[in-house]
Amino acid sequence: MDGIHDLGGRHGFGPILHPDDEPVFHSEWEKTVLVMFPAMAMAGAFNLDEFRHGMEQIPPHDYITARYYEHWIDSMVHYGVERGIFDAEELERRTQYYLDNPDKELPPSSKPEMVETLKGLIASGDDYHRPNDQPAKFATGDRVTVVDGPSLGHTRRPAYVRGRTGTIATLHGSYVYPDTNAMGEGEGSEYVYTVEFSGEELWGEEGANSTVYIDLWEPYLLPA
Amino acid sequence: MTTQGPNPVSGSFPRSDEEIAARVKAMESILVEKDLIASDAIDYMSSVFENELGPHLGARATARAWVDPEFKLFLLADATAACREIDIGGIQGEEMIVLENTEDVHNVVVCTLCSCYPWPVLGLPPNWYKYPAYRARAVRDPRGVMAEFGFDPGDDIEVKVWDSSAELRYWVLPRRPEGTEGWSEEELAALVTRDSLLGLTDATAPK
Repeated sequence: MDGIHDLGGRHGFGPILHPDDEPVFHSEWEKTVLVMFPAMAMAGAFNLDEFRHGMEQIPPHDYITARYYEHWIDSMVHYGVERGIFDAEELERRTQYYLDNPDKELPPSSKPEMVETLKGLIASGDDYHRPNDQPAKFATGDRVTVVDGPSLGHTRRPAYVRGRTGTIATLHGSYVYPDTNAMGEGEGSEYVYTVEFSGEELWGEEGANSTVYIDLWEPYLLPA
Repeated sequence: MTTQGPNPVSGSFPRSDEEIAARVKAMESILVEKDLIASDAIDYMSSVFENELGPHLGARATARAWVDPEFKLFLLADATAACREIDIGGIQGEEMIVLENTEDVHNVVVCTLCSCYPWPVLGLPPNWYKYPAYRARAVRDPRGVMAEFGFDPGDDIEVKVWDSSAELRYWVLPRRPEGTEGWSEEELAALVTRDSLLGLTDATAPK
């Protein structure tokens, strides 16, 4: 979808506020939100691409002003309710309860097998490669133009490269395709290329002496 | 066209810290009852990211590359495997690519669409990396962004910006500062900052 999340090249956001002493977690609740991601993914609430798509659907004003992990919370609630993990009314009732009783903490709970699973996940991560019995359409050095036009679902084809022409820098192999995986249409498997764009192609004179590299799935690309 | 419509639970932005904390407790309490999460799992994983993973790991890999030419070649050819050799790797770094800064080229890393970041070498990203200003500007005005980090790569240098839009995770091998001949890996690692591993600055010059 052509949402506010697609920020590359947008004007007007002002300076980057980058304090040197930012803590890893700004509030205790951020720790819980971080771990709810693998917990809910393992429970089948969402896959990675659905999770990202959920965040993209946050209304633009909220997306821009919310704290980062609020994006996560929104996507978790969206899919959690849709997939029957959260009952919306019950979630609201409990939220109000904890708002009225801010000193009320959850009792400690234990799930040793999940700790073990998380150890493995942190150490090894996930594998997004998928087999593909078709040959790759492009090779290093080929000129390609990014498919122009709107996105009706989820995509990793940002606005700033649509319709622009670049050069294949690297072919990486075949991976889960976000455009179908986020939409309940299957993981798919499509080749991913790093594509090189000159700064001038993307930004005119402003882009002189800079180059942008971005990873794009094969269906995003046409021969130039 | 998919639209989410109004959030199924009420509440408007910006929420206060108390409101968010209450929402998260409500979510956690339901997930605990459904046996999908537990406080020891939250404590474990958050503690790893708070205490174990961070830029000191990327700094260690960088210092090794500075003193060991073979390791540097390995790192540039297959960063994931090279890092595994020194016990660095894992989630959100399943396939890492290291970009070498040289006399002629300076690399910068961004994720314009969300917050992709090489967790095994840098830990969790700081807020500024995930917030709109950096994501909007880094691809279009990398020199202006670097200037805000107090760094000027020089007019003659080609700036390459890497937008982490797929599941490959990029980070930068900064140039070894001059005047560090004979330094130990540990001493060198102390010069390597998070910002230099993202290409927003050089490594710190020795005092």
